[in-house]
Amino acid sequence: MEVVLNINGEEKALQIEPGDILLDTLRSNGYMGHKRACSTGSCGACTVIIDDEAVNSCMVFTASAAGKKIETVEGLGTVSKPHPLQKNFVDAGAVQCGYCIPGMLMSAKALLKKNDSPSRDEVKEALSGNLCRCTGYVKQIDAVMKTAEELRGEK
Amino acid sequence: MTSQYKVVNQSVKKVDGLALACGKPVFTGDVCDKNMLKVKMLFSPKAHARIKDIDTSKAEALEGVKCVLCYKNSPRIPRTTAGQGYPEPSPYDSVVFDNKVRFVGDRVAAIAATTLEIAEKAVDLIEVEYEELEPVLDPHEAMNDGAPIIHDEEDCKVIIPIAYEPEKNICAYVDANVGDCDKAIAESDFKFELTTHAPKAQHCATEPHISTAHLDDKDRIVIRTSTQVPFHVRRIVAGSLGIPVKKIRVIKPRVGGAFGSKQEVCFEDVVALVTLRTGLPCILEYTREEVFVSSRIRHEQYVTMKGGLNKDGKITALDMYVLSNTGAYGSHGLTVMCNCGSKVLPLYPTENIKFEGHAVYTNSPVAGAYRGYGATQAAFTMEIMIDQMAEALNQDPLEFRLSHHIKEGQGSPIFQALGEGKEGVEQTVKSCGLPQCIKLGAEEIGWKEKCNKQKDEGPIKRGIGMAALMQGSSVPEIDMASASLKMNEDGSFNLLVGATDLGTGSDTVLAQIAAEALGITEEDIIVYSSDTDMTPFDVGAYASSTTYLSGMAVKNAAEEVKKQIVQVTESMLQEKDAEYCFEEGIVKSSTGKSVTLSEVALYALYQENQFQIGTIGSAISHSSPPPFSAHFVEVAVDTETGKITIEKYVAAVDCGTAINPKLAEGQTEGAVFNGISYAMTENYILNDRGKMLNPNFRHYKTLKSNDIKEVKTILVPTFEPTGPYGAKSVSEISINGAMPAISNAVYNATGVRLLDAPFTPDRVLAAIKAKG
Repeated sequence: MEVVLNINGEEKALQIEPGDILLDTLRSNGYMGHKRACSTGSCGACTVIIDDEAVNSCMVFTASAAGKKIETVEGLGTVSKPHPLQKNFVDAGAVQCGYCIPGMLMSAKALLKKNDSPSRDEVKEALSGNLCRCTGYVKQIDAVMKTAEELRGEK
Repeated sequence: MTSQYKVVNQSVKKVDGLALACGKPVFTGDVCDKNMLKVKMLFSPKAHARIKDIDTSKAEALEGVKCVLCYKNSPRIPRTTAGQGYPEPSPYDSVVFDNKVRFVGDRVAAIAATTLEIAEKAVDLIEVEYEELEPVLDPHEAMNDGAPIIHDEEDCKVIIPIAYEPEKNICAYVDANVGDCDKAIAESDFKFELTTHAPKAQHCATEPHISTAHLDDKDRIVIRTSTQVPFHVRRIVAGSLGIPVKKIRVIKPRVGGAFGSKQEVCFEDVVALVTLRTGLPCILEYTREEVFVSSRIRHEQYVTMKGGLNKDGKITALDMYVLSNTGAYGSHGLTVMCNCGSKVLPLYPTENIKFEGHAVYTNSPVAGAYRGYGATQAAFTMEIMIDQMAEALNQDPLEFRLSHHIKEGQGSPIFQALGEGKEGVEQTVKSCGLPQCIKLGAEEIGWKEKCNKQKDEGPIKRGIGMAALMQGSSVPEIDMASASLKMNEDGSFNLLVGATDLGTGSDTVLAQIAAEALGITEEDIIVYSSDTDMTPFDVGAYASSTTYLSGMAVKNAAEEVKKQIVQVTESMLQEKDAEYCFEEGIVKSSTGKSVTLSEVALYALYQENQFQIGTIGSAISHSSPPPFSAHFVEVAVDTETGKITIEKYVAAVDCGTAINPKLAEGQTEGAVFNGISYAMTENYILNDRGKMLNPNFRHYKTLKSNDIKEVKTILVPTFEPTGPYGAKSVSEISINGAMPAISNAVYNATGVRLLDAPFTPDRVLAAIKAKG
């Protein structure tokens, strides 16, 4: 079947099977930023934003995302022009192996869209679906707090 | 922070940080070609069985199936899957596919098909006739007379002279003795004895194990794999398949975490064999469940310690016995066990020391390397006993540690007695920041105010605890690293290293070391790591070796390159015997003249006496300088539910010069979280037939961002004279503190000793009730 997905603001007509999973569809169409790590919706490595909500793309049927606004890490920023979250994650030392980071960035972005002045506990809560084994989450939380300040124009 | 250095000891940005944060396709699975065959493994449902027959004909007949591998059509060449240096101290007790299975999850066969769905379907079509054998899951029972023999095959062996008795399920036995422990303890004023149990655990690297293989234009096998040990993978795959090393190239892309789990040839031999047989590219990726069950885990250990102490405060003896469950295969069995002694016993020098250990085969998931490597399990025991000793003397456990820990200039006979498959190496401690770690950590947690405060009245009891730790930096007189440095026209350099960045930041740290030596910034160092065709040899990322040992190799290469640059400069400036310093890309002569590095490179490449400025530097370690650390934790124990809340955790670490302080903090925070998670929640639940019941993140809990209130890391600078710019290791040590520190804090809060991890509410409650 054919579906039209809106990925990072671009309309894409894709041939899929009815049972296809969004994570697989994204990865097989060149959106490699989001990773498969558990396939059960419990680690967050595949987190994308659908209509402003951070969701595990391994738990979403591709067909059900048709007509919705999908945001992936590829739409966030680039190496030469990173999004403030990406820059602050690197500056804070929050990126170690980096496998969980694209998913975590999307959770952070979804949070900041809804709440531009999150408390540290609110950031912890927003990132709690994204498992990371390299870090202790400390530096990611720092990076999100700093980005929130920057986006509010305080720094 | 002020520093005598310009690039090292600075928190420069991770060289691969932005690419990773932008989701660039840099991992093994990101370069998967749609045409690759998908490989799926058939795993054993039995804990212990002989395969009487296997019928793969139906699977082979399925359209899209290109290759089926099992014991009938694969080479039988015993080897170890442990990614260790040659000759490996782990037994050669496995083959690519065997006609016996030894745990639920053992390899039976592999299918390569055009799609994953076909491969999965084909796996179900394989018919296996098992002759079921009695399993043994408990390491104590495995040593009993009459226990089922797990390795009864005739061709398992060890290739170095170590005690190996597979007929008794003993994978390794070690003992080391200094003085007379029994006599010393018998004559001591106070005697101590306790046994702790540290459970099985999974590394839970976010990226599952994954490898691809394809043939290059010369029909060599190219393996791309998420590994800590590319050179060992090449050697072990060659040995397992009986093909020459020169036929294999191993490439390590970015790795999505490893922590020891990828110091192992988990299935690179299988993808290589599929590609050899079919001529086609292939990919094999474990699911999360397969990672839990069939990759590698931490050695479950029962550690018994006895000790003696006199009223005058003298520790008279330390005696450690380790029973280590290596699972179905003996990967890292000997060395993890030896590390229990060698990384823990030297911390408190005494005249009488004894170490003894059995690593035992059982029909349970296979153990291997895991961050901490035995020191985690043994520090649990030691640091509780040290608290008990302080209590016997009615002394502050902090003061007791300060007065008894190993000091600069001191050695330990254990360093020499316990090596990795051979005798260890004598060494004295040349840098030790433990007193400062203890002082600063205590201030941060508020030790003085909190440790003797009035006990809480209500059901929530608060308490405080600590642990002191040491680890090592590389395996001395065994590990070797090398680095190639090559100069370009613009004064930049290619740094090619066999060292394996797993997300640890070693590419960045090594670039900083090269840049510091050459008087440039890390931005002028182009790092390429770990490709057996392109980069020089390195044992790989394990044993806390990369910053210390690979860092030394890089520094050696940079020093040699500087000599070459000076030679060229002398010729350019037509002078001799001047002194040169390298600053900001300029070579400055004591005569006042100068040339830029770019001018030097252009001259050497295009003008006079042309040659490529560059070299390969190597390093081997002659000692394994310990980093030191003091960990403190404040807990609140709900005595009605058994729930422990971690209020605050402080880790103060002496890693010598932190080459990149922010990355060193990150290593520490990650290790602390992993340690707390291991202490509090992580466990393998096996049924009585050896099947794991919780192989997923819903039932095997690792800590989330909102599970801990506050973690504080303090770096305590010292200078390690044998390390590059004074550096020691940092990656492993901080996983070792949580179990003993939390146990000590719970004792402080409630008077209950927790000796069996994880400290889940049911166990805590049971311990509280048992105490009454």
